[in-house]
Amino acid sequence: MLLIHCPHCQEHREEEEFSYGGEAHIVRPLEPEALNDQEWGDYLFFRTNSRGIHHEMWYHSVGCRRYFNATRNTVTYEILETYKTGTQPTITGAKL
Amino acid sequence: MSSNRESPNQVRPNQERPNRLPTHTGTAIDFTFNGVALQGIAGDTLASALLANGVNVVGRSFKYGRPRGIFGHGAEEPNGIIQLGSGAGTVPNLKATQVELYQGLEASSVNGWPSVNFDVMGLVGAFGRLMPPGFYYKTFMYPKKLWMTYEHFIRKAAGLGATPVEADPDSYDKLNQHCDVLVVGAGPAGLVAAREAARTGARVIIADEQSEFGGSLLASKQSIDGLLATDWVASLATELKAYSNVQLLPRSTVFGYYDHNFLTILERRTDHLGLTSAHQVRQRIHRVRAAQVVLATGAFERPLVFAHNDIPGVMLASSVSTYVNRYGVAPGNKLVLFTTNDNAYQTALDWHQTGREVVAVIDTRADPSGDIVAAVKALGIDVIAGHGLIEAQGRKRVKRALIAPINKAGTEVSGAVRALDCDLIACSGGWSPAVHLSSHTGAKPIWDESIVGFRPGKSIQQERSAGACRGTFDLAGCLAEGASAGAVAASLSGYGEGNRQFPVCAVEEFAEQPQQALFLVPHTKSTSRAPSQFVDFQLDVSASAIELAVREGFESVEHVKRYTALGFGTDQGKLGNINGMAILANALEQSIAETGTTIFRPSYTPTTFGAIAGRDVNNLFDPERYTAMHRWHQERGAEFENVGQWKRPWFFPQQGETMQDAVNREGLAVRNSVGILDATTLGKIDIQGPDAAEFITRMYSNSYLKLAPGKCRYGVMLKEDGMIFDDGVCACLGENHYLMFTTTGGAAGVLAWLELWQQTEWPDLQVYFTSVTDHWTTATVTGPNARKVIAKVCSDIELSNENFAFMDWRDGTVAGVKARIFRISFTGELSYEVNVPAHYGRHVWEALMAAGEEFNITPYGTETMHVLRAEKGFIIVGQDTDGSMTPADMNMDWVVGKNKTFSFIGKRSLQRSDMLRQNRKQLVGLKTLQAETVLPEGAQIVFDDKQAIPMSMQGHVTSSYYSASLGHSIALAVVKGGHSRLGQIVHCPLADGRSIAAEIVSSVFYDPQGERHHV
Repeated sequence: MLLIHCPHCQEHREEEEFSYGGEAHIVRPLEPEALNDQEWGDYLFFRTNSRGIHHEMWYHSVGCRRYFNATRNTVTYEILETYKTGTQPTITGAKL
Repeated sequence: MSSNRESPNQVRPNQERPNRLPTHTGTAIDFTFNGVALQGIAGDTLASALLANGVNVVGRSFKYGRPRGIFGHGAEEPNGIIQLGSGAGTVPNLKATQVELYQGLEASSVNGWPSVNFDVMGLVGAFGRLMPPGFYYKTFMYPKKLWMTYEHFIRKAAGLGATPVEADPDSYDKLNQHCDVLVVGAGPAGLVAAREAARTGARVIIADEQSEFGGSLLASKQSIDGLLATDWVASLATELKAYSNVQLLPRSTVFGYYDHNFLTILERRTDHLGLTSAHQVRQRIHRVRAAQVVLATGAFERPLVFAHNDIPGVMLASSVSTYVNRYGVAPGNKLVLFTTNDNAYQTALDWHQTGREVVAVIDTRADPSGDIVAAVKALGIDVIAGHGLIEAQGRKRVKRALIAPINKAGTEVSGAVRALDCDLIACSGGWSPAVHLSSHTGAKPIWDESIVGFRPGKSIQQERSAGACRGTFDLAGCLAEGASAGAVAASLSGYGEGNRQFPVCAVEEFAEQPQQALFLVPHTKSTSRAPSQFVDFQLDVSASAIELAVREGFESVEHVKRYTALGFGTDQGKLGNINGMAILANALEQSIAETGTTIFRPSYTPTTFGAIAGRDVNNLFDPERYTAMHRWHQERGAEFENVGQWKRPWFFPQQGETMQDAVNREGLAVRNSVGILDATTLGKIDIQGPDAAEFITRMYSNSYLKLAPGKCRYGVMLKEDGMIFDDGVCACLGENHYLMFTTTGGAAGVLAWLELWQQTEWPDLQVYFTSVTDHWTTATVTGPNARKVIAKVCSDIELSNENFAFMDWRDGTVAGVKARIFRISFTGELSYEVNVPAHYGRHVWEALMAAGEEFNITPYGTETMHVLRAEKGFIIVGQDTDGSMTPADMNMDWVVGKNKTFSFIGKRSLQRSDMLRQNRKQLVGLKTLQAETVLPEGAQIVFDDKQAIPMSMQGHVTSSYYSASLGHSIALAVVKGGHSRLGQIVHCPLADGRSIAAEIVSSVFYDPQGERHHV
């Protein structure tokens, strides 16, 4: 069971308090109608499915009810950082 | 002594215990095994007591039905698998070596039908030849129909224990703990690790699976710091108890090591006192988040694989020593010790001290000459070097050992075979570190030729191993490593100075010679022709089976494990795995390092479901939610239905009514006069903020920008893939203030969905959400007489259709309580949904009932609600939709706002090519040709019921009821291209052979023009 630091609450809390929210930093296209089916399908269904560094959304669903992002190693499950939605990670796959 | 060759059934109660050493005394404890009364003494395990009583056969093997006896003394025991007690508290599949004896204990073998001593499987010895590796796979693939026959026979013949059929009488607990240093194992390394950590002031938990601390030292004759090992352990335990920052957990197994240093410990609090414990917690699970972990889990001695090494009387060398030294039990009379290493010679010394005979020590090495070897020789014991014990003989007890010279590599017999009479064979192939917990973390064990075993892999989490589990087998080394590990762990968690020079404990040191790596003892015959050389006792996996698997083309250790069932028993391969891997590596002509090992996963040893469930059972399993009128419903005899966590009235049966009778009556009352429904459970989300309308419009398929205060609108919420996710009415309460109704089950998901988009995609929109589901009670008054009922209890709202129309809402007072009334309808009738603050719910409900009395107002439940809405063709999200349905599929194009400027969630997906397909499953009505026949929900739909199986399935029934107001059955269904198939006949073939024909009709059965709710 993961131990997750909520950047809003500024505390480590048990995984039971959170829900997983999928890959982070996927921006909804501003003009969906301008995209062809393949481009829209890419936005809708395709994810990086990284082995190693992965940026993902978490939801403090039975805590502060705020979403935030985590940088997690999908091999070791180590959470390297958590940061607020709208900010950028300091640890990226490129740096490792 | 003759009793060693007798079966346990013939052991008389209270007879002399032939194997109890006279020096060992204690309080007598009576117990029974397979119905026979026996006696042990305080401090015994079930295994030591059985051995003391001369019980040879404790079970039968899984596949061949061979007699098996106690082999080990701890978690590695493969044979002594027993059923404890009977009735509600009975426990299956315990290891006799881990069951502490208590007065009145009843145990029986789990394997051995009809009895361990007369076993039909044993008689049909040839049956084993019919069950080669892959037997299950090969046999059960074809023909499939025979599976039931085989399965029944095999389960009965080789069953592994019986689960209790009554409710568990015991209580269990879970508790969450934090600590700085968790020490797993209280052997020499663990004890000193805990002491060093404790001295720094760190919070320490030390857990050990045995009843007392000490681990291997409990059976040791060595001295530490001038004290006998057991006395040294006692003094250290006393010291640890004195620390207020140390928690000692004996009888506690750390069974799982999970992410981020989260470990689970099963503490057995009363198992040693009796089968059940009425007034105490039997077991509890400690859920520990540890800053640092020291693993000091020890090692398992490795058996040697020789022919018929499974006959009762073959044991691990360390187990023989443990029974002698710790329990005062000598499990035989004439010992042959078979070893590849110096360490096991201790067993010859221990046995010699009992006064019983050491026939010989068989050593595979050419020239053993270490200190302890010399000590054995000095006693005049015959040490036969350069030999292998190639075969044990006997049936229910070892009678003799066949030995022969073997070559230096240990691969073949190089001389004449001779027999040694004996009744006990102690064997040792070296030691395998217990790397299980470090393996749980994902660390891959590393093969180390120098210790002939796997060491723990590189640490992934905040843990380190110390002592035998790290491959350090000498006592001085264990103590030094333990002390260092404890200090380092404490330091890393913020206590003490870390690693420093520790006062070394004074222990005797022995010069040892290297062991020989030997995983399969050669026989005069080839492996495939020699008598079975067992690798995994519990599942009867032999060396030849592993070689056969390789000949059949298996290469991966994970595949061979599954094909042969190696390591699948309740001991999870603690004894057999390393030998198995090595034999596999040899057959593949590659190294053990290349072959690798399988991955150990939790649980380390079996854990009871009771402990895992803890207090989360019965009515504490899941929260139950009640509405303010719940008691009223109960008083009226309502039957309830679970909707999420809510308890909703299902129907209100009157005297002598069936469910169908009640639903017919309730439905007709709504259609003809007036009914009342408790609709409290619908989700309600209060939405406020300057951008509320814009936000809601982005989330729903239709627009809310022009919705005026006092108005409501029905909308559908889609996921971004265009599929219907929830539906409900949203009301404009005032400027920038809305109330969103969701489905009962979808409320939490919808709130999370709104928050996701607001927080992550459109944080610039100012909008706030508050769940108010629990703040309001809702009573729906519906039917042609609904207005008359409301008029009697509400005087401050103008109720005429002109002033309060369909899809309006009004503030007012109902029965003296401030209320919001919504004119929305899920029945198709004139409806008023009366919302009042939750705690006034029952008062208002009763006032409405009183007001409606003259109209015979009828309370109805969810079943009637379903029938009424289905008559109107109103969908229920999650019943008529399944996450693959668009608004168009549901014939609800009217709910999609085509002219919205913002591309609402899901809109773009509605134009994807798959959404435009003509033969998508589409919602239709079905009318059975025989009016009384009600289709089963979930029935598959075909166009041609004469088609051969497999038929082309064209859709399925989603909702189906008998409609009393229409006088025939109705159903909703999704059918491929259904919207263009009105009038066609379809068929629903059922499992019982019937096929029901139905006509595709409009999904709106009742009042298709929608005139009744506009009055």
